[in-house]
Amino acid sequence: MEIFALLDCIISPACLLSQAAGGLKIGMLLFLVASGLTLVFGVLGVINFAHGALYMLGAYFSWQIMSITGHFGLSVILGALGVGIFGLLFERILISRVYNADLLVQILLCYSVVLILDDLVMIIWGDEFLSSVGVPEVFQVPPLFIFDAIIPPFHLAIISMSFIVGLILWFIMTKTRFGRLVRAAAVNPKMLEALGININLLRACVFMLGSFLAGLGGALAASVGSVVSGMGNSIIIESFIVTVIGGMGSISGAFLASLIIGMARSFGAVAMPLFTDGLMFLIMVLVLVLRPQGLMGNKK
Amino acid sequence: MKKIKKYSRREVLRTSASITSVLTIGAGFPSILKAENNIKVGIPTILSGRVAQLGISVTNAIKMAVNNFNNAGGLDGRNIELIIRDSRAKPDEAARVCRNFINSDKVDVILNAEASGASFAVQEVIRESGTLCLHTVSETSSLTADPSIRAWNAFRFSRIGIHDAVGSAKYAAEIAKEKGLKTWMSVNPDYAYGRDSDDTFFWALKKFSPGFEIKGKGWPKIFQPDYTEVITQIARAKPDAIYTSLWGGDLVSFIDQALLYGIFKNTELFAINLADYTTMSAVRNLPKGLHSATRYVAAWPNTQDNRDYDKSYTDIYGDHPTNWSWEASVGIDYLINALKETRSTDTKKLAEAIKGKTRKSFMGVGDGNTVSIRDRDQTIVDYSIGWGTTISNEPYMTGIQGADWNTIKELENEWLTDKGWL
Repeated sequence: MEIFALLDCIISPACLLSQAAGGLKIGMLLFLVASGLTLVFGVLGVINFAHGALYMLGAYFSWQIMSITGHFGLSVILGALGVGIFGLLFERILISRVYNADLLVQILLCYSVVLILDDLVMIIWGDEFLSSVGVPEVFQVPPLFIFDAIIPPFHLAIISMSFIVGLILWFIMTKTRFGRLVRAAAVNPKMLEALGININLLRACVFMLGSFLAGLGGALAASVGSVVSGMGNSIIIESFIVTVIGGMGSISGAFLASLIIGMARSFGAVAMPLFTDGLMFLIMVLVLVLRPQGLMGNKK
Repeated sequence: MKKIKKYSRREVLRTSASITSVLTIGAGFPSILKAENNIKVGIPTILSGRVAQLGISVTNAIKMAVNNFNNAGGLDGRNIELIIRDSRAKPDEAARVCRNFINSDKVDVILNAEASGASFAVQEVIRESGTLCLHTVSETSSLTADPSIRAWNAFRFSRIGIHDAVGSAKYAAEIAKEKGLKTWMSVNPDYAYGRDSDDTFFWALKKFSPGFEIKGKGWPKIFQPDYTEVITQIARAKPDAIYTSLWGGDLVSFIDQALLYGIFKNTELFAINLADYTTMSAVRNLPKGLHSATRYVAAWPNTQDNRDYDKSYTDIYGDHPTNWSWEASVGIDYLINALKETRSTDTKKLAEAIKGKTRKSFMGVGDGNTVSIRDRDQTIVDYSIGWGTTISNEPYMTGIQGADWNTIKELENEWLTDKGWL
């Protein structure tokens, strides 16, 4: 462990700012995906192992729309919306049939969908990885130098966009009738049904929103990363870590945990480059031992 | 009105049985006999997930050679029959697939096209069974360099980490001298191949250009989507040069993301695995002047044979071959030649016919454009290793220089001695 390298970094404004900005970008992108996962678990009680595959679909949809339209914004929005619609169908056709089934059945169903989608994208888009969607022309500029720290403007855009999405999500969940219904459905769905609320529609909407967030994460990731079958497998692990650390079902917890993971990866790469993944799991283990319900989760 | 004749169940069964028997004897049985007589080659490889291109480009290359062999009459009428199975890149699955090839399919030869982790598992299976094995794809040096892992019935037709490392270090040292590069960083995938590549490259660089400083090492996980934490380290450390053995989509993502930080404006990138068509064409804005080894490009070796190979492959599959394709092509060529020479599928006879053999090859840079299977460790040598710099469009590489195999072999021996393997 290079503890002196970490200390050097913390006392150097350039290093501190550079690593913090990097950690913020990693964390905010992770938040987009993990918030969808935690939302679906919190309301529907489903551990959606296919969430990573939806992230992958977002990347492929975005790539496809970009190659047709050549418009970055459109490719991100339509890519995410496409995944939202796919999620709606997925929930109605498959997930809705296993709400009351064993956890194992739910996991097996989701895992089967992951394998099917991984193969399906290879049939449709080919077995080779695809080039990234690319960043919009306006961001194809030299990076910013702030206190000697190098920060790409596109990263600032991703951080801002993710932050805005987080704010909208917070607003929807806390200030709207839909949000209140969703939170009520997480606690007592039978009571909601008795009050005449269409619980099936509510569940479908929540799953669609969760899928949209996964698709949005994938579409943004595709802007600076190759698009390939199975790309959701690594993000799903990090998303689960975030969900556990933040508290299963807690959006604000997911936000906090994503930032912790982003910073752990960014500063961990300075102090212990061979243990950055281990560090994430270590944080998760500590949370499970000291606060099993997660940082912002409720005791049940 | 015509009366419909009603058949009893017994009559229907009797007639069906007769027809089946006639069909089996008349057509099916000889084909079964013929299939039983085939020379069976089992190929464990990766056909699903994000490295599926590996298995596809390997099997394409093998099918191309096998079709030519079978169409020319095979071996005294015996065709090569390929049995291709997906291991999904899992070592335990690759071992299981191999055991099935040996015990159930009764294959004569295993042509292993697995990545390093699974190749070690395959090696253990074939060591026990004594089946002839031709390794391709895996580049971790110890598979054949370490005598305790080596097997008498296994031959290696893939690039080897230490060979590439010496070739790369020699080239990098020349560029370092020319441009005054003193400080280095490395970014390598955090698994056996990445560690091996990092160790051997810097070991060899010390021989050619001592006195450099390593400012840090990044170890991203294989298939990691986001390289921000590694890139910020590079941006902060500002090394003169970076060495990386990232490959495929991971390398593309790393370059795309590093470009946002303007990393390559003041830092030279030495990417050993960049110059494969699939990788170079996938980088969105491939910068000019990145250094790479020639994994497989039609431009190197600069021979008509190599251009012809590229064309025949491209004509059939509509895409360029990969580095894995040429390895498989050379491996299957050796096997076909051994079969013709021995007119047998006996493992010992085939192994004797392959061991120490020199053959003309489109990837050969030995005397008369040849490659050889070295007697000592049953490993391919004298294959093409070139380094050059990127340009944005096809042929993607320029200024290619070939590596000197005398230097490679000399330093390889030194490395093996250091390891206690020679």
